Amino acid sequence: MTSTIDRTDAPAGSADATPVVRKSGGFTAAAANYLEERTSISGVVKEFGRKIFPDHWSFLLGEVALYSFVVIILSGTFLTFFFQASMVETHYDGSFVPLKGVEMSAAMDSALHISFDVRGGLLVRQIHHWAALLFIAAIGLHMLRVFFTGAFRKPRELNWVIGFTLFVLAMAEGFTGYSLPDDLLSGNGLRIIDGLIKGIPFIGTWTSFLLFGGEFPGTQIVGRFYTLHILLLPAILVAALALHLVFVVVHKHTQFAGAGRTEQNVIGYPILPVYAAKAGGFFFLVFGVIALMASFFTINPIWNYGPYDPSPVSAGTQPDWYIGFADGALRLIPPGWEFVWLNHTWSFNIIVPVLALVGLLVLVAIYPFVEGWVTGDKREHHILDRPRNAPTRTAIGAAGVTFYAGLWAAASSDLMATHFQLSIEGVIHTIQAWVVLGPFIAYFVTKRVCIALMKKDREIVLHGYESGRIVRLPGGEYIEVHEQVDEYERWKLVDYEVYEPIMLRPNAQGKITGGMRFRARMSRWFFEDRIAPASKAELESGHHGHGEIEGGSNH
Amino acid sequence: MARKSRKANRRHPLATVVLIAIGLVVTGGGYALFSSTTTASADTNTAASQSVIDEGEKLFAANCASCHGLDMQGTADGPSLIGVGAAAVNFQVGTGRMPMAMQGPQAMQKPVQFTDEQTAALAAYVASISPGPAIPDESLLQADGDAANGGELFRVNCAMCHNVAGAGGALTEGKFAPELTGVLATHIYEAMLTGPQNMPVFNDDNLSPEDKRDIITYLKYIENNPSPGGNELGSLGPVAEGLFVWIFGLGAVIGLMVWITAKSN
Amino acid sequence: MAHDEVSGPHSAASDSSAVETSRGASTGTAVIGSDVVNPGEPPHRKRVTDLDPKKNKHAERTVYTLFYLSIAGSIFAVASYMAFPIEDGDPAALRLNTLFIGVGIALALFGIGLGAVHWGKALMADKEGIDLRHPVAGSAETQARAIEIFDEADRESGFGRRTLIRNSLIGAIIAFPLPGLVLFRGLGPQDQDPVELLSHTMWKKGSRLTLDPSGTPVKAADVTIGSVFHIIPEGLNEREDRLEQKAKAAVLLMRLNPADLNISPGRESWSYDGIVAYSKICTHVGCPVALYEQQTHHLLCPCHQSTFDVVNECEVIFGPAKRPLPQLPIEVDSEGYLVAQSDFHEPVGPSFWERP
Repeated sequence: MTSTIDRTDAPAGSADATPVVRKSGGFTAAAANYLEERTSISGVVKEFGRKIFPDHWSFLLGEVALYSFVVIILSGTFLTFFFQASMVETHYDGSFVPLKGVEMSAAMDSALHISFDVRGGLLVRQIHHWAALLFIAAIGLHMLRVFFTGAFRKPRELNWVIGFTLFVLAMAEGFTGYSLPDDLLSGNGLRIIDGLIKGIPFIGTWTSFLLFGGEFPGTQIVGRFYTLHILLLPAILVAALALHLVFVVVHKHTQFAGAGRTEQNVIGYPILPVYAAKAGGFFFLVFGVIALMASFFTINPIWNYGPYDPSPVSAGTQPDWYIGFADGALRLIPPGWEFVWLNHTWSFNIIVPVLALVGLLVLVAIYPFVEGWVTGDKREHHILDRPRNAPTRTAIGAAGVTFYAGLWAAASSDLMATHFQLSIEGVIHTIQAWVVLGPFIAYFVTKRVCIALMKKDREIVLHGYESGRIVRLPGGEYIEVHEQVDEYERWKLVDYEVYEPIMLRPNAQGKITGGMRFRARMSRWFFEDRIAPASKAELESGHHGHGEIEGGSNH
Repeated sequence: MARKSRKANRRHPLATVVLIAIGLVVTGGGYALFSSTTTASADTNTAASQSVIDEGEKLFAANCASCHGLDMQGTADGPSLIGVGAAAVNFQVGTGRMPMAMQGPQAMQKPVQFTDEQTAALAAYVASISPGPAIPDESLLQADGDAANGGELFRVNCAMCHNVAGAGGALTEGKFAPELTGVLATHIYEAMLTGPQNMPVFNDDNLSPEDKRDIITYLKYIENNPSPGGNELGSLGPVAEGLFVWIFGLGAVIGLMVWITAKSN
Repeated sequence: MAHDEVSGPHSAASDSSAVETSRGASTGTAVIGSDVVNPGEPPHRKRVTDLDPKKNKHAERTVYTLFYLSIAGSIFAVASYMAFPIEDGDPAALRLNTLFIGVGIALALFGIGLGAVHWGKALMADKEGIDLRHPVAGSAETQARAIEIFDEADRESGFGRRTLIRNSLIGAIIAFPLPGLVLFRGLGPQDQDPVELLSHTMWKKGSRLTLDPSGTPVKAADVTIGSVFHIIPEGLNEREDRLEQKAKAAVLLMRLNPADLNISPGRESWSYDGIVAYSKICTHVGCPVALYEQQTHHLLCPCHQSTFDVVNECEVIFGPAKRPLPQLPIEVDSEGYLVAQSDFHEPVGPSFWERP
């Protein structure tokens, strides 16, 4: 189904696009023939070898996630050769002096063994952990890119959901991995999870009991998390990842508006050779950045934390960054949100944050369908929106980011207090206000900013940009010379669409239902503030004579 | 900000000189002053000569009495000093917490205001009025105990406020537990013994002198040995790691991404 | 304000570049696009490496130098592995080992990565291609054939017609995973009741209060005002289920000026001369609440900042917790040691559904 049109200005000598190498009769050709006759590989090369990928820096964010994941698998495999997922009690007898003779689980003991008694082991541990942090951070940023450019619209809604699943799986991978060394920090993290589960109505107590194989902490959890961490979750993750990539191929990548780009084409570099060189090289670069971080910066110093024991705890006990929003949500609940009713304990100090987190995640997962329903748009979209050109969506995203950031910041309330000389109480109260009010402020500010930017774009299209050149007119008046943008730049500024709100029209039965009214109201909310792109007529009347000096900015 | 400046002070080259000087005096002068007392018992003031005590009395009247009262019974501005002993004075004055610059959530550490002789004289004077915990014996401050035992005790008794790596942490209402790196062994010992400000007291029945020695041994071990994994990012745990990966890790990667997709010249 | 300025050509979705409005754009959806014509791709700009053979040569040199550098990095990493042993247990040696192996590996990776990307950017054909897109949905014939196949299959199998067969099969498939689910009951022990376990700790009448972690018994006289003792019950360290018991039985022992304590009726005998013992396990989600401020008598949990006031029987004064920390009634035995009068009078730690 792929039809590739080569540009005519291809340099001579490299135009030979024969799928299978048959230039010389040497070993390569023989091997290629051997393979071809057994696999029909030439079809694959024909189909994908010159597939086009558009170039934009933000399109590489997903690749960062993918490559970090490869690094995680490579380093993690090495770690499994040494790690013992067992909570059997033992006495440490390794190289690290301040833990000699201390009672700990075999898991902690083997994690210390990897760190202190296997050459390069600590490096691999740190590569694994830094790569995990980068993995989830890259997924988060990738999701923001997809959201703010509207890349989740038809036909990519399902792939958004798959990507969302990958995000959740990545967090689960992260948390299970963080808990494996059975150190004091992660043990207290598990303790929090245990308390959190126990607070869930009806099923909490038994869920915790089954998860930990009895009372907390028990002797099972590390082994169980290990199975999840290295078998079950990665298997699902790899499957979902493969599906995610298959859909990228099926849909072909989106592209930003640009001269020559339409909804029916995709312009960029072919996989072989340019994209392969760049993307392949990028894998090594991402790996290199991770390796550098791992060689210069300590991560998760379990030797400082010591083995898990339910009695001690460290100041600044926090989860890894991606669970921070959940920890922060717990911290923000004001005192007293727990009641006994019908002889049962209703822990709203746990139910509310859990519902808030689940609600936030569900909203993220279903957003494409919500927007699709509100807009009523059933067309395929392959040209990306600039965030400013979809002001309501961008404002919703900014509100969500503000809410998440508030929860996230709350997880480090104690560190903010010590580092900025504030009181913990003051920090928490401020963030509580932020989480409640911030999203609204962010929504309105962002929407206004987007609309202002659209106006500015329109202004530039119609009247050119300010050149910075000041001219004095014969009459003594000073004005700034405006210069017109060229037609290629201009196209980027006008190639977008705005919607008019859905009009209420009776359906086939001649009725207007409540659902239709609600939808019309939502549509109005979504689209009532809009700036249409400049039309040809406006352009012509706006220009009236190139080179004419535009004074002021009103039109 | 004040916390930052305190940090800066400690890392200032002159601060190192001061630290070394204090160390020398504690090991030399201090030893001479209290040479007749071999254990950290309650009445060590007998060794201090009357002239030193007189010197201390003058300093006390000039610098401390306005808050603590001439008779040390305390006033609305400062607590009673009866029974606090030489150890408390040496800690509070020797670390620059006293005299206080101003009332606040807690007394802040600042450049030390008195010479070591003056601090010793103050300590001797306070101890002469009402005996209390004495300045600890040198033999307990050599960081030569059992670091593993010290580490375990540190995690149970200290880490919840001071952080497992001694990086400090937050308390209620703007108070905080300070960082422990760069603190003299004497001062660590005295803090445990006397419970300055909101820190609880860890008397010898709770943490024996040997336990305290082990804790100091542990702290000095992690202070004097570099973190095996490289820079420890302030030992602040996952928050510092998360910020680092977002700002520098992703920052570097995004820089590379922009380079990769930028059109070549 | 802004919608006053709506202007520009109005066009229904059907006549802009839309693909398939007929297949269901909702009533009333109108799209405003620009009628400015796409100018087509801008003229191709040649790179300096295309124009200047010297620059081209230079780029080539850079690329292979980077690849050679990568080889050097790999060799450096292997050499570092051998040159920096860690077996003497010195953290500084370990740091060097980690650092140099890591730097070698990073060099090897950056060499390949930078070289390949530079090759792609500066030397490989700078030729953009165009792929045409097709609607994701298959062609009408394909779709029709797919429907036909399903119809044939339905006819040939009778799946739609033989409803009894179909429904019983669906039922069987729903029922089939049930045994698998039931098996997971085995994740937790069969002979224990979590509610019962959560309701009791190791403390019983006469258990001595001993120091954590050593297990040394504590005398009332040892606990001076302003002290905090981290306490475990006597005999805990010998228990097989040490950690599970400790997770419930850990206690914080403090001595305050007896006049400062506000004691509610019925609890007068639970403390001894200003010595009070409270559960160390937070009533929020179970972190150890261990940060005791001896002057303000606040107890702070470092995980979620719940703050308890020891003076007022550990009532919550800040943070997400609701219930005060449970108090352990204590007394002094004939030898002067502190002992428990009984177990806690309520379950310790986080709330749970069945908690009365």
